[in-house]
Amino acid sequence: MLDIRGLTASIGDKPILKGIDLTVPAGEVHAIMGPNGSGKSTLGYVLSGREDYTVTGGSATFNGADILAMEPEQRAAAGVFLAFQAPIELPGVNNANFLRTALNAIRRAHGESELDAVQFLKLARAETKRLAMPDDMLKRNVNVGFSGGEKKRNEVLQMAILRPKLAILDETDSGLDIDALKIVADGVNALRGPEFSALVITHHQRLLDHLVPNRVHVLAHGRIVRTGGPELAKELEKSGYAGLIAEAA
Amino acid sequence: MAAVTETLDTVQSVTQSGYKWGFETTIEMDFAPKGLNEDIIRLISARKEEPEWMLEWRLKAYAAWLTMTEPRWARVDHPPIDYQDLHYYAAPKKKAGPKSLDEVDPELLKMYEKLGIPLKERAILAGVDPDTVENTQIAVDAVFDSVSVATTFQATLRKAGVIFCPISEAVREHPELVKQYLGTVVPTADNFFAALNSAVFTDGSFVYIPKGVRCPMELSTYFRINARNTGQFERTLIIAAEGAHVSYLEGCTAPQRDENQLHAAVVELVALDDATIKYSTVQNWYPGDANGKGGIYNFVTKRGACRGARSKISWTQVETGSAITWKYPSCVLLGEDSVGEFYSVAVTNNHQQADTGTKMIHVGKGSRSTIISKGISAGHSNNTYRGLVKMLPSASNARNHTQCDSLLIGDQSGAHTVPYIESRNLTAKVEHEATTSKIADDQLFYCRQRGLSEEDAVGLIVNGFCKDVLKELPMEFAVEAQKLLAVSLEGSVG
Ligand SMILES: Nc1ncnc2c1ncn2[C@@H]1O[C@H](COP(=O)(O)OP(=O)(O)OP(=O)(O)O)[C@@H](O)[C@H]1O
Ligand SMILES: [Mg+2]
Repeated sequence: MLDIRGLTASIGDKPILKGIDLTVPAGEVHAIMGPNGSGKSTLGYVLSGREDYTVTGGSATFNGADILAMEPEQRAAAGVFLAFQAPIELPGVNNANFLRTALNAIRRAHGESELDAVQFLKLARAETKRLAMPDDMLKRNVNVGFSGGEKKRNEVLQMAILRPKLAILDETDSGLDIDALKIVADGVNALRGPEFSALVITHHQRLLDHLVPNRVHVLAHGRIVRTGGPELAKELEKSGYAGLIAEAA
Repeated sequence: MAAVTETLDTVQSVTQSGYKWGFETTIEMDFAPKGLNEDIIRLISARKEEPEWMLEWRLKAYAAWLTMTEPRWARVDHPPIDYQDLHYYAAPKKKAGPKSLDEVDPELLKMYEKLGIPLKERAILAGVDPDTVENTQIAVDAVFDSVSVATTFQATLRKAGVIFCPISEAVREHPELVKQYLGTVVPTADNFFAALNSAVFTDGSFVYIPKGVRCPMELSTYFRINARNTGQFERTLIIAAEGAHVSYLEGCTAPQRDENQLHAAVVELVALDDATIKYSTVQNWYPGDANGKGGIYNFVTKRGACRGARSKISWTQVETGSAITWKYPSCVLLGEDSVGEFYSVAVTNNHQQADTGTKMIHVGKGSRSTIISKGISAGHSNNTYRGLVKMLPSASNARNHTQCDSLLIGDQSGAHTVPYIESRNLTAKVEHEATTSKIADDQLFYCRQRGLSEEDAVGLIVNGFCKDVLKELPMEFAVEAQKLLAVSLEGSVG
């Protein structure tokens, strides 16, 4: 379970998150929507430990552990995964090698044995196949020369291989064609289970058709201004955020 | 007293001090008195049981050296070196040259085992195809301070007609070859350090691959400086006759000490018609501590002469060690359509200084050269690529392509690129590309978010940056080199 209370964070001296209260019980998928610049990506970065952001107050625990006190790699080992809104390129670093190193680092942290290249490739090929991705995705350098959509698919592939307990997807559906959209939804749905939670940041109702969330939250000006069921997303699709924000202000 | 690390088993066991090869071996040594003069040179020559002509050659070099001064043009900085305060000869006591592995001091064998250098000729396993085994075997010449202590697989190589032995043995056993080639690529008075080396060189390897022979295994020399206050001056000479082919690798380490130690080597390569020499170096001399105390001064002259038509010399180097590196493995492309290559990764961390690069001298028609240099600077270090591409009037249609990339880690380090291009032939083409980049914070965060430690992330990114060079290394060493890069950069971020 992810439990966020009164979380405030800033960049430099500019406050971005102004008191977030949010609980995602184990086994649930929650969607986060909200206007551009409202702090959605910031929330994802703060939860995963990006250094540019300063937490100024509040708390965030995952399965009881204070994740804000951990290094980013410790959070990853605890099961936190962030699918980046803009995935990063790593020139010369082979995707398979990158993922194997990551997976083995996490396995080591859990006291599990490392996978050798052969074992890893077997696992990775099974996932690429299940997600209907070409095998050469594994051979290419991480995100280098990938199209926008390919980068997003690569994030989903990484998630499928690393099998997180808390997945934060930051607009992973943006820029995807309709088939790829299903792939993202399938990627999350495949991980769904009693120990898995997800925060899905999106601007589009479309994704939520394939990936029915337990709750939908609206983030505006660094606060959650409204929470509802899946029908809230449909309502927003029609009426936009303006009314909501005015109401909250 | 120098710190001693005894943890050698895995990369993980590397401590804060980083350098896991820094232990010292206690062994009884035979030293020449400190200082340099004609008597010392006579002593070295006598210890090596050299013929008179070799001694004269040395004395001539010494006379030239006396008139020379240290080069000052490199971007490196060090206190003056007192050339009279060094031992110029240090050898383990015992017989001068062991005849077989059984005669090598067990302490030494233990040390090489610790370093992971195979000095045992392992028997071929029953049921395994000897041809494939042969290919993965490596013949090693192990040089400890001033002498070669063991050379493996000599019998197998002799069968193929290949000579691979300590150079001191070659001077005695193959004087005609040594006389014909020694000093013809790097003349005794080429530069200050080459002259010094010519006067006092102690050991190193000699390789001769006869006409039409493809050397049946990788050859390698492993240099170890162990003794205190001792310079290491090795000399390597490799000759590939018409159509011959050889791949050679050198590795080096030294104990961790507070004082600086001088290493001034000379390597000469000669490739005749259609011959190929691939020379790879993994240089890992002790780099000094995090504050810049101690470490090896690595002042090295390496040059290859592509004398024959279609001959090829390829230098690949991974330079992670030494307090100061001053080194420009070069090719003189005399033969028509001859090929010169230089692939380099130079890593500097803490207070290390590297000024390294290459010279490609195009003389032959249609000669071609490729330079790929990857410099990585971290900490307070300085890393300079210095290269010369020269097209002589005879070098019609010659080609060069140079790619120089620098990667900066942190904001205290420096990267410098100094390319010199001289073209005196209008049909010759020279291309030069250079880039400088930094490891971005978002790259590190991306890796860490996936579970990698900061150091693993740097290692991965740096290895990616060096990929084009690392793939030129013989397979067996590529993995080692990758680990070495990661270890050298430990503590460079955060
Ligand atoms: N490095 C930075 N320096 C200054 N301001 C920043 C920085 N990063 C983000 N911000 C600001 O923080 C606010 C929140 O940004 P954030 O990226 O979290 O928005 P978002 O809700 O994800 O928007 P979008 O829907 O466009 O992705 C914005 O006003 C943005 O300009
Ligand atoms: Mg965003």
